[in-house]
Amino acid sequence: MEIVMSILAGTLFAAGVYLLLQKQLLKIVLGTALLSHGAHLFILTMGKLNRGAPPILEKGITEYTDPLPQALILTSIVISFGVTSFLLVLAYRTYQSNKTDMMDQLRGTDDE
Amino acid sequence: MLHYYILLPFLAALLIGLSAKKVNRIHTGWLVLPVPVVLFIIFCSKLPVLAKGKIVQSTADWIPSLDIQLSFYLDGLSMLFSLLITGIGSLVVLYSIFYLSRKEQLVHFYVYLLLFMGSMLGVVLSDNVFVLYTFWEFTSISSFLLIGFWFYRERSTYGALKSMLVTVFGGLSMLGALILLSITAETNSIRMMIANRSDILESDLFIPILILLLLGAFTKSAQFPFHSWLPDAMEAPTPVSAYLHSATMVKAGLYLVARFSLIFSGTDEFFIIVSGIGLITLCLGSFLASRQTDLKGILAYSTISQLGMIMAMLGFGTGVAILAAIFHIFNHATFKGSLFMIAGIVDHETGTRDIRRLGGLYTFMPISATLAFIGAFSMAGVPLPIFNGFLSKEMFFDSSLKLEQSAGLAGTFAEWIPIFAVLGSIFTFVYSMYLVFGTFLGKQKIDQLEKKPHEAPIGMLLSPIILIIFVIAVGLLPNLINEPLLAPAVAAVTGDLPHTHLAFWHGLNTPFYMSLIVIGVGALLAYTLKRWQPVYNKIPGKFSSDHWYQTMVNGLLRTSKSITGFYMTGSLRLYLSIILVFLVVSTSIFMYFTDGFTISFDDLAPVTWPEVLVGFVMAAAAIATIWMNQRIAAIIVIGVVGYGLSLLFVFFRAPDLALTQLIVETITVALFLLCFAHLPKLKKSDKSKSEKLIDLMIAVSTGALLTIVAIASHSSKSFDSIAKYFVDNSYKLGGGDNIVNVILVDFRGLDTLFEIAVLGLAALGIFAMIKYRDKGDMNQ
Repeated sequence: MEIVMSILAGTLFAAGVYLLLQKQLLKIVLGTALLSHGAHLFILTMGKLNRGAPPILEKGITEYTDPLPQALILTSIVISFGVTSFLLVLAYRTYQSNKTDMMDQLRGTDDE
Repeated sequence: MLHYYILLPFLAALLIGLSAKKVNRIHTGWLVLPVPVVLFIIFCSKLPVLAKGKIVQSTADWIPSLDIQLSFYLDGLSMLFSLLITGIGSLVVLYSIFYLSRKEQLVHFYVYLLLFMGSMLGVVLSDNVFVLYTFWEFTSISSFLLIGFWFYRERSTYGALKSMLVTVFGGLSMLGALILLSITAETNSIRMMIANRSDILESDLFIPILILLLLGAFTKSAQFPFHSWLPDAMEAPTPVSAYLHSATMVKAGLYLVARFSLIFSGTDEFFIIVSGIGLITLCLGSFLASRQTDLKGILAYSTISQLGMIMAMLGFGTGVAILAAIFHIFNHATFKGSLFMIAGIVDHETGTRDIRRLGGLYTFMPISATLAFIGAFSMAGVPLPIFNGFLSKEMFFDSSLKLEQSAGLAGTFAEWIPIFAVLGSIFTFVYSMYLVFGTFLGKQKIDQLEKKPHEAPIGMLLSPIILIIFVIAVGLLPNLINEPLLAPAVAAVTGDLPHTHLAFWHGLNTPFYMSLIVIGVGALLAYTLKRWQPVYNKIPGKFSSDHWYQTMVNGLLRTSKSITGFYMTGSLRLYLSIILVFLVVSTSIFMYFTDGFTISFDDLAPVTWPEVLVGFVMAAAAIATIWMNQRIAAIIVIGVVGYGLSLLFVFFRAPDLALTQLIVETITVALFLLCFAHLPKLKKSDKSKSEKLIDLMIAVSTGALLTIVAIASHSSKSFDSIAKYFVDNSYKLGGGDNIVNVILVDFRGLDTLFEIAVLGLAALGIFAMIKYRDKGDMNQ
């Protein structure tokens, strides 16, 4: 199962990177969302899958799934939400101000 | 105690920097003056100790793990230089008080000057080679700052940069030599290296060590072919030229050669390089000096040539030669220091240093003129018992004649060396006469001057007068400084104490005839200078070291510009591609060499079909986003991936994650839906096929790398999971049943706090972007 999930995480990552390399801002935002999904799955796979009960203490149970990756992912989900929404609004404002959302036309100064 | 002497100028610099702005009533120089004066007196008080053949030393730990100690010692050689640094330093500070107007950035000037003084003392007192190197580079930096003191002048910044590049290049070479030395001799202390000299001489690294070390010395002391920075350094204020660029800093190279003489002296390589370069520099410098039209330019080339002469004598390595070298280091500081100061006075009082516009100033400034004549005659080596320069030049001739007895290459070349010595000295005579006669005698050209010349104030004349008194006193009674100062210095270079009696008259011997030739031919050439001066214009500029320097610097700039321009295109996508490719390549190489690609199929969870199905849908959805050209479809497909992920969280027993992911995904999709109406439609990619292929390759390789890292890290668990600690202590220490929650709010509570901070910042940013429209736009 871990191998299947590793491949899935890789696939999500590859799709995310491909979108990141596009010219349109909206695609880049979508790419970052895919990247964070891939990363979360990656971290979860690190802690081994399907071992023991959910990490909520109960009498009589001694085997629990690894809680640490879950805690890390929880933090990460919230942060990636913050990043995605920030980027989305940034893309919106960029378009409003510059009338374009193509990265090529958003190159800074001319002193190159 | 030596530590405190070195520290004193640095402390003074700090104090001046902090407080001088508040003391407005007096010139900052008066606050600085006590520092070198006090140090000079202290060093003088150590003279009797050294005369007894002892040395003063003190040590403190700095970086013991690397065997780098702040160990300092004062022997004859250090003493000579320390006295020059503090003595000339005192006179230069005194002179600068009258030279620099109070409107200048005096605090900067004196802070740099004190920094230099402290670091130069550090150079000549250090025993540890790496401490020496540190101070050495400090002198380069303070020299850079002082040359660029008038930073608004283009020539100043050019000269400052040039001196920095050349001397730092040499400094780094020297560092290489010092590292090799410390490896070969297995010590960082200069005195221990001298004790282990046979290890160094027999080592295979001997030649590299020698060449690298001499590169440091030659660049610092402006030896051919690195001499061209010194004339450009003349853009510094004149007190700086008198101090750094004639009396002290440029002699650091001589110091280095003298200091390591006990190791290298006597080898053929040392003789041929040091004497050869020294003699070339002597002749070239003195020949080119008469070409200059700027007073300070003449003095700069003169300094180059005199340094070459001392360097040559250090290369000879015989007792007579070393004594002459040490004596001339002292004499040169006195007459050249005073000549620089006079040049500064002329500049100050007439408004120009161009010798073509000067002439006949003797009637206006008789005192300055007299001082200049004495200084120049001493430099030229006129045989009168009042000129110290004559004595050391005579000893130079003498030492060049006595090489025949030397073994090795020195004996082979012995016949040729006196010819070079005479040749260099002839042109020395020529430019000395050119300098003073052209400025103070001849036709008056007052109408070409910006202001009417008159004699300088007595304060400004005081320093050159004191130096000229030294010139005459040492010329009359050279043995006054022989026993206490020169002999211990020679002993530090050669290993044994000389018992030479310095005298003016040795009878009608060969050195005296050589002097007569110099004066005869020199006078003739000086008299006919105007007629043969056009010779200089025939020398093609291609061969000047200035031209090489310019070509190299331009080439460097062009190359680095084209390299930077190659990848700094301003396209973020390109940067991202480079970063990703680098990540993939470097990680793969690292994993390859550390056996990271191990894949084991042990200890895997069983494959269950619902999960695989969800995974398949997610993968399909993720890939589909690439081709989605409708905004709403793309958003929905992204939603599929997110919701699929929360489903997987459910399968993999992570209830908290599933809940959070579900909520966040819902909000994100809602946000996307809110925004998309305001964003332009998705366009079909207009990239070419090959561009798409490159993107695809980067994306696939990054994804593949992630997969491999995940599998590899699963396959090779180097240590146990730390999860057990949280399971065991969740209730005991955190008081909660939900382990994930306890980790978040308790064990790793700080993480969560910063997570909230990030979210808060994102919210603020979003608010600001929506609320404040176009107000910060610079173009409007």
